[in-house]
Amino acid sequence: MDYKPSPDGSEPLTISTKIVVSGGFGVGKTTLVGSVSEIPPLTTEALMTEASEATDDLAATPEKSTTTVAMDFGKLTLDEGLVLYVFGTPGQSRFWFMWDDLVRGALGAVILVDTRRITDCFPAVNYFENDTDLPFIVAVNCFDGMLTHPVEEVREALALSPDVPIVLCDARKPESARDVLKELIRHALTVVA
Amino acid sequence: MVIPNQSRSARVRPYAITGGRTRSRHPLLLETLISVPDFDQDVRDKLIPEARDIYVLCQVKQSIAEISTRLAMPLGVVRVLVSDLADHGQVQVHPTGHVAGQPDRGLLERVLRGLQTIS
Repeated sequence: MDYKPSPDGSEPLTISTKIVVSGGFGVGKTTLVGSVSEIPPLTTEALMTEASEATDDLAATPEKSTTTVAMDFGKLTLDEGLVLYVFGTPGQSRFWFMWDDLVRGALGAVILVDTRRITDCFPAVNYFENDTDLPFIVAVNCFDGMLTHPVEEVREALALSPDVPIVLCDARKPESARDVLKELIRHALTVVA
Repeated sequence: MVIPNQSRSARVRPYAITGGRTRSRHPLLLETLISVPDFDQDVRDKLIPEARDIYVLCQVKQSIAEISTRLAMPLGVVRVLVSDLADHGQVQVHPTGHVAGQPDRGLLERVLRGLQTIS
């Protein structure tokens, strides 16, 4: 690392890393982030500038408009020198560039699925399959302990390759949510050389 | 960075604060931790308001995403200002697990151990 040590050498460096949680709108991403986080989940609003047509009421800013994209994140201190952040992707799947920012440096991704609205996670699956090298797993969020489709049906519906693990979880329960993260890391360990 | 201390209108565009720059020279990911190892009141007083807010906040170690949230400042602006502060040795930029490519086994194993310890 080319980082300068602190001038008086008194402050040890803390490594940080992250996991991304993705999936359709309302599938429980924020719930999962909140379940594993040691702090109340935070929301960061990334401001972005979009080209837009000139409008009369925005005379002061004729050629640009700004939009904010919200993403939730939480934090886990894993040991005295290692912090893990868990980021939820923005609900609006059209903000792909924002996902790239989220994904850079990530250990892997969890795609949360609600089997009642399974198509909602298609954009996320497509993104992680085609646009990133990130290891990912699928976690079926079983609301009320109900699994409406067998796991293999989920695999078929998502056209997932056999090496992508599918796990069941209850995003509301910290232990269950942590198990999902552990499964992702175990999967990532099978992928790295 | 050392323009006189004056209150700034909320109408100032965020990127005016950064002199139009949108990129930082340091690899500042969302999770990159920033701290102020040696807080100096004189340094604080000479910073522009936005950089000063970051300098004061990071007396407690914060990630880029947390700085953006807590100061309601766009991520791009936070990155440029933190990069400037880092260039002047005023903040410590902590390392991330990896920036690109695959993380190493050691890091993954350490994360897994950490997750197992929590439960």
